[in-house]
Amino acid sequence: MTQKDLQLKDKQELQAEGESTRNLPIYLPAVDIYESDDSLTLVADMPGVAADDVSIDLKDNQLTLHGSVTLPEEGEHLLLKEYGVGDYQRQFTLGKMVDQSKIEAAMKDGVLTVTLPKAEVAKPRKITVKTS
Amino acid sequence: MAIIRWYDRPSAYGSLREMEDLRQEMNRLFSSFFGKSGPWPRQGVYPALNVTEKENVIVVRGELPGIRAEDMEITVEGETLTLKGERKLQDPEGVSYHRREREAGRFRRIVNLPARIDAEAVEASFQNGVLTIKLPKAKEALPKQVTVKSGS
Repeated sequence: MTQKDLQLKDKQELQAEGESTRNLPIYLPAVDIYESDDSLTLVADMPGVAADDVSIDLKDNQLTLHGSVTLPEEGEHLLLKEYGVGDYQRQFTLGKMVDQSKIEAAMKDGVLTVTLPKAEVAKPRKITVKTS
Repeated sequence: MAIIRWYDRPSAYGSLREMEDLRQEMNRLFSSFFGKSGPWPRQGVYPALNVTEKENVIVVRGELPGIRAEDMEITVEGETLTLKGERKLQDPEGVSYHRREREAGRFRRIVNLPARIDAEAVEASFQNGVLTIKLPKAKEALPKQVTVKSGS
C-alpha cells in the first residue's frame, strides 16, 4: 500500500427532518461498503461513540445507523475548536439480497462494523456442467 | 476578531476582562497556527483538534477512529506537542468495494501550546476513537500569588 499523508476532511452535517433532542449537530459518518461472496459489510467511523450508544434500526429495507456521542466534561475554557462534536447518523436502503435476520454489528475504537449476510439465493453458486 | 467558530457558552461572558483574556489567548494560539500551516483559509491538517483549558491543565482532543494506540506517537517538548502516526485500515481480500470514504495513511501534526508544559506529567488516553491528551502547565507558567508585606 502506498504511503500517503492523510487529508483532513470536514465533517458533513446531516439535514435532518426533525430536530435532535440533544441540541447537538448530527454528522454523517464516513462509511466504507464492500461486498464479498457471503455478505455485505458496512464500516462507519463514529469517534466518541461507545458501543452501548449505537442504535441500528431496520425498517422497510431502510437501515439506519445512529451513534450518540459521549460528551466531554463541562467547565472547560475553550482555546481552539477545529471540529464539532455531535451525534452520527446515516441511512442506507438495503436490497433484497440481504438476510435481515442475521445482521451483526461490532464497535471498536469508534469504528462500527455492520455485517449483512446475503440471503441464500443471492450467493453465487457454481454450477457444474455434466458431460455425458 | 479572527474568523473562528465561536463556541457559544453563557459562562464565558463572566466579565469583560475574561472576554479580553480569551480573545488574546485565541489570537495568540491562532497566530502560532497560521505560522505552521500557511495562509488563511487553512487546508486543514489531519487530525482536527479541539483544545480547552481547565484549572491549569491544557486538554487536547482529537478524533482518530480506528487507529490503534501503538500506531500513534505523542511527543511533548517545551511548548510544542507533536502528534504523529499512521492510520491503517483492514484490507480484506477478495471483496469488491461499493463505497470508499474512509482513508488510510500517515499523519503528523505539530501544535504550539499557549504555555510551557510539565512534560513529566502529561497523560494521554484513547477511548472510543477519541484521543485525549492532558498537559499540565509547567510550574513556571502558573500564576503566582504575591503577598504584599505591609510595613508597620
